[in-house]
Amino acid sequence: MTNAIDWQLATVTAVRDETPTVRTFTLGLPGWDGHRAGQHLDLRLTAEDGYSVERSYSIASEPERSGEVDITVERIPGGEVSAFLHEVVVPGDRLELRGPIGGYFVWEAALGGPLLLVAGGSGVVPLMAMARHRARSSAASLATAANGAAGTPARLLLSSRGPEEIIYRAELDTLASAGDGFAVVHTLTRQQPPGWTGYARRIDEAMLADVLEPLGASVRAYACGPTALVETVANGLVRLGLPPDRIRTERFGPTGT
Amino acid sequence: MQDRIALMRDDPAVELSVDGNAIAGLLMSVFGREVTAMEEQCAHCRTVSVVGTLRVYMRGPGVVVRCPACAEVVLRVVETPSGRRFDASGATHLVAGR
Repeated sequence: MTNAIDWQLATVTAVRDETPTVRTFTLGLPGWDGHRAGQHLDLRLTAEDGYSVERSYSIASEPERSGEVDITVERIPGGEVSAFLHEVVVPGDRLELRGPIGGYFVWEAALGGPLLLVAGGSGVVPLMAMARHRARSSAASLATAANGAAGTPARLLLSSRGPEEIIYRAELDTLASAGDGFAVVHTLTRQQPPGWTGYARRIDEAMLADVLEPLGASVRAYACGPTALVETVANGLVRLGLPPDRIRTERFGPTGT
Repeated sequence: MQDRIALMRDDPAVELSVDGNAIAGLLMSVFGREVTAMEEQCAHCRTVSVVGTLRVYMRGPGVVVRCPACAEVVLRVVETPSGRRFDASGATHLVAGR
């Protein structure tokens, strides 16, 4: 048993690349009490001279996994903590953290849907925890329901710069092909592969209207990414008729910081 | 108040802001429990907001938290040599729920 307020030591058990600048770290936490999809943790690095720096990272893994969590970290040019994680940390290292943290930007299967998830770049991380949680709870309800009911209808709109920069690309494809009511819509804002027929611009109100349409206006919406993108999404969804209290946001500041 | 909202929307500094979620850990260390899902009332415009939706500016020497409706300062948190100073004079109250 540990408390979310207390700092605890986690052991890095795995490191894997998601894109050329984004890496996932699996953190072994024997005393972890579990989290809710969308929550984050605070990581603290302390130098020998006592200088210490803290950063918050969204938890990427679903709550159903026990004893460990994944965080997915984008390497920020000049970033103190992200550079350390990318360049120095290897499996076996120990990191100091506290969590889970946050009670507002969370989704649980019991809340229901339909679910509209909108992300820019690494803003997809907390939404991935929701998508994974949704898939696990949909599989669990399929196993118990004789009528073969599908999971919570959900759509993810993900804005990435180019095809190489789509975080979790393969896993998103897998989730979307499960046939349980989850769809992924990509927009590639800077570089598109040959023959690309998807969106090729920044998220705007028209795009939101298209993606929202199959879900109807009773959705719960979660938007995460750079502040300017989240502003566009939140204001756009309100203009499209969503009640503001059905829209939850997590802004992480200017792009690339 | 509408002018002030327009002012905030046009202010390039809004792009630098993050949500109340970002200081959930800091607030937890002040209050001893999670508070970002709670509601507070702005002392300036009386708007009630979920703490997680407040606008947070944390690039300065301290943390400044503004009301999303009127942009006035609701909370300030500053580390000083004598300890952490938490100024909530811009909020009338916080609803702790059950």
